Amino acid sequence: MNYSEEDFKGMEKMRVEGRIWKFGDDVDTDVIIPARYLNVSAEAELAKNCFADIRPDFATDVAAGDILVAGKNFGCGSSREHAPLAIKAAGIRVIIAESFARIFYRNAFNIGLPLLESVEASQGLSDGEKAVVDLASGRIEGGGDTFQAKPIPDFMAQLIAAGGLVAYVRKVKVAG
Amino acid sequence: MPMTITEKILAAHAGLDRVSPGDLIEAKVDVALANDITAPLAIKVFNEIGTEEVFDTDRVVLVADHFVPNKDIASAQQVKLVREFARSQGLKNYFEGGESGIEHVILPEKGLVLPGQLIIGADSHTCTYGALGAFSTGVGSTDLGAVMATGEIWLKVPPTILLRYEGSLRPHVGGKDLILHTIGLLGVEGALYCAMEFSGSVIRNLPMHQRFTMSNMAIEAGGKNGIIAPDETTLAYVAGRTSARFEIFKSDPDAGYDRVIDIDVNQIEPQVAFPHLPSNVRPVSTAGGVTIDQVVIGSCTNGWLEDLRDAARVLKGRKVSAGLRLIVMPGSPLIYKMAMQEGILETFLDAGAVIGPPCCGPCLGGHMGILASGERAVATTNRNFIGRMGHPESEVYLTNPVVAAASAVLGRIGGPDEL
Repeated sequence: MNYSEEDFKGMEKMRVEGRIWKFGDDVDTDVIIPARYLNVSAEAELAKNCFADIRPDFATDVAAGDILVAGKNFGCGSSREHAPLAIKAAGIRVIIAESFARIFYRNAFNIGLPLLESVEASQGLSDGEKAVVDLASGRIEGGGDTFQAKPIPDFMAQLIAAGGLVAYVRKVKVAG
Repeated sequence: MPMTITEKILAAHAGLDRVSPGDLIEAKVDVALANDITAPLAIKVFNEIGTEEVFDTDRVVLVADHFVPNKDIASAQQVKLVREFARSQGLKNYFEGGESGIEHVILPEKGLVLPGQLIIGADSHTCTYGALGAFSTGVGSTDLGAVMATGEIWLKVPPTILLRYEGSLRPHVGGKDLILHTIGLLGVEGALYCAMEFSGSVIRNLPMHQRFTMSNMAIEAGGKNGIIAPDETTLAYVAGRTSARFEIFKSDPDAGYDRVIDIDVNQIEPQVAFPHLPSNVRPVSTAGGVTIDQVVIGSCTNGWLEDLRDAARVLKGRKVSAGLRLIVMPGSPLIYKMAMQEGILETFLDAGAVIGPPCCGPCLGGHMGILASGERAVATTNRNFIGRMGHPESEVYLTNPVVAAASAVLGRIGGPDEL
């Protein structure tokens, strides 16, 4: 599958500006969405219980366009896709972390939730601050500083540009 | 070019002569698995993709095991959705009720997963089947939905960490302790994106169920897969479970590894993972007599018949500590039946245990053994995250089945030598 420049145009519009919600290292998917809420899969329902046990104000106070910042190994543990779905449906537009657990990483890009990796931004940004993120370039401004995240790998950028894995598979496998 | 077992299986399934770490490949999938929590989302994705039929009705396996027997109306609706999908697609391998057990126990038991295969499951503990010498890894529901439609998946070839275990195992030390010790050594992100290859004379002498336990917890170190080269033990396990052909892969002696870690097992005691990470391990002798309210023996990590035998040996003729709840959940209906025939279930009942059905139950805080605030449990399960088994202010300590059984009698964390 070859992509034309047209495919990437969506990326340029991906400028995110919002409040930072900061978390620590090894945030597991059980705390992102506890299993007792997994008897449904509707996104809006999941969003209501996002971080219920460790940060109850998140679900009520998060606004569309906000940014989640975390430390190492974000999204470790269970493969539940309900975790990135809950975060995305709650309004978070991008997650910045030092590193991500691999299943969470796939899941987030598959559902069209972009992730950026930056040790400096993860350490330099504080809860409650405003930040501006340019997804195409990985440039992050916040807390009076500018940070450069690792560029989103080409293949993941293609997934985001296509609108997630479903759209990608429809385009490449089914139609192609 | 020399390759590791992981690289060889991936290359074979991508139709390539060779692959290297970092390569992005499209691989053919032998088995696609989902459960009652992850399948509903995967089915939604499958329907959105718009292919009418799954890629192979023999190779898409759906297991109702997490919130079953259905714990509430919402769970019942989810299982109903999965059941109707399985029927309408004509899936050969849909399991619920008396045919079902914990997915990672029943798939090997029924011979549905085999050496050399590429297995993708919408459950993080899908890495369990690496113990058979398969490449097996967990994904989310969207990936699984796409696999159900196409029979293929994109994968990045992982670098491999070779773990070599040498020495003599001390009493009451087994696969669970080896993997907990390893996770403690590496940390919960120490093997992030990597293949973990378990090897050495200790692994070659390890029985099949303990190999499953080790591969099962590769994910708790962040690993993509946890693989063990097939040998006589593997072939003896698989024999009689399938008539399907399968291929044996082994790492070349000069294969390239990202890291090689030598582990001397002589010094390893039974391990206890303290809250709230599986890497937070201590030898049981230094556990400090933490008092406990509940003990859970079972799960995809330690729900095998041999695990139940080990626990029963400790509990024989003893009673659980006053006020302590012991919950035992065999991994499959077959294990349940064999445990009954061997008198193991009677031993558990006499000791004061509650015996639950073969399901995931309390491991993930689903049902059948949820903890209240301030309560502590010893569990043979795989995760001790905040709130994993219930209230966010409850605690879970991970151990092997022998330590769990001894702790149930003691009313505090301790080994069988203290009885």
